[in-house]
Amino acid sequence: MLCDSCKERDAVVQLTRIVENAVTKLDLCEKCAAEQGVATTLAAPEHPLGDLLQAVQQHASSTPEDAASCTFCGATARDFRATGRLGCPHCYDAMEQSLRELLRRLHGNSKHVGVAYHAPVAHLVEKADSVHDLRDRLRRAVDSEQFELAAELRDRLRVIE
Amino acid sequence: MSTRRTPLDLSLLPDGGVGWLDASGPSADVVISTRVRLARNVSGYAFAGRAREGERLRMLAQVRDALVAVPSLDGSMLVRLDELAPQERQLLHERHLISKELAGLDKQHPLRSGAAVFLGQRVGMLVNEEDHLRLQCLRSGFAVPQAFEAAMRLDRELGSQVPYAFHREFGFLTACPTNVGTGLRASVLIHLPGLVLTKEIGKVLAGLQQLGLTYRGLYGEGSEVVGNFFQLSNQTTLGRSEEELQDSLVRVVRHVIEREEEARRVLVRDAGYIIEDKLWRAYGTLRYARSLTFDEAMNYLSGVRLAVGLKLISGLSVYTLNKLLIFAQAAHLAHAEGKALTDADANLARARYVRQALVSEGGGVE
Repeated sequence: MLCDSCKERDAVVQLTRIVENAVTKLDLCEKCAAEQGVATTLAAPEHPLGDLLQAVQQHASSTPEDAASCTFCGATARDFRATGRLGCPHCYDAMEQSLRELLRRLHGNSKHVGVAYHAPVAHLVEKADSVHDLRDRLRRAVDSEQFELAAELRDRLRVIE
Repeated sequence: MSTRRTPLDLSLLPDGGVGWLDASGPSADVVISTRVRLARNVSGYAFAGRAREGERLRMLAQVRDALVAVPSLDGSMLVRLDELAPQERQLLHERHLISKELAGLDKQHPLRSGAAVFLGQRVGMLVNEEDHLRLQCLRSGFAVPQAFEAAMRLDRELGSQVPYAFHREFGFLTACPTNVGTGLRASVLIHLPGLVLTKEIGKVLAGLQQLGLTYRGLYGEGSEVVGNFFQLSNQTTLGRSEEELQDSLVRVVRHVIEREEEARRVLVRDAGYIIEDKLWRAYGTLRYARSLTFDEAMNYLSGVRLAVGLKLISGLSVYTLNKLLIFAQAAHLAHAEGKALTDADANLARARYVRQALVSEGGGVE
């Protein structure tokens, strides 16, 4: 849908105005919405991190983390920028440095000060090496063409099986 | 706990899933409901968006098996969304029990295998949404501490049975970095017609953002504001404790309620008969219209809700108005009529439903 104001860009925001009980609706692009003083956070963007991810991208592209993939799920910093979502909890270790910077920008802080958590004792040893999990990880590594990781996982599967 | 198969029988839901509508909570005429949700992920699996089907199903089974030792979800019902028809998922979404993403109702968010929800008494848990688990508590009115306490209790019970993904520095890990840390999102659904009519709302919303709060529409993220209903919630989740986050929400919302009350006083003082006329016209339209779109109904209901708040209309309960918010939605109308409805048919059914509710549940003559 095109923006009702400039008729050029795609509309991303629906502005509902109620004046004297009359309701008017305008579909606006981000630029025209900003000109009307409307924050565009109400719109559903591809992912909510927009500019921040771009800033981190510039930072990350100069670090070795960019090309590296998470050893658990195979996700890369590139995947993160495309989707705005991390692949698994281990991604936080794999991309720790650039994420710390991102978290500071997002939250004004990167240190959790809330409730501390200790996993139940029986689960302290993660079940990551179960055959099921290794097979899932292997398939994912192959799907995402992470062949080095796939080879490593295949070796570990051989040991277990 | 029971596992169910299609079709969905809404009467089996604890409280029908809408106990929070009963307007029994504090400030219930202004604050419709309070929700506290905690985002958690189970250690040892990829996040739901990247996990393979087998991983999602095993994670769901692990959590389901752990619930025998989770009293907060005693007697809860497991609904497998991946076994439901789209209209049934829409019904649960319209009752604010599941998010749009989990309901899998649009192209952006296709339905995931393993998508499920546990529905208990006032607490529930979404499974395989963006995060593995979203623990939530929904309460009537402005009841942040009560909702917070119930959600935290569920969290403690479940976290002692299922290993959460937790990072020494970043806290509870989530698929999106905007939720990491506490994973806490506390929100209130608040009705602010006074601030909208006096055009103060822009200033108030801008002020909220400076105080670390954000606002959304009726259905949360990505939804537009209709009927002067706003969802106010904390913006950040990391670097402040759960208590600090809820305290700041309570403080700010209390202030917003005061501003709203002040705006209503100004309206009555400076434009008494104009406002009175507008609100009665809204009531008249709802009472006699033969076709109503959802947005129209919400906007006129906003007027009637304000009229009840100002005591211009008597005999109409906030509970009735709350029910109209839910039951005048498309999937609920289709459910009540027992058949799929075109938009035009839904508008007729909506007007009929609203008329009947206003006739049978009072309100009017002054």
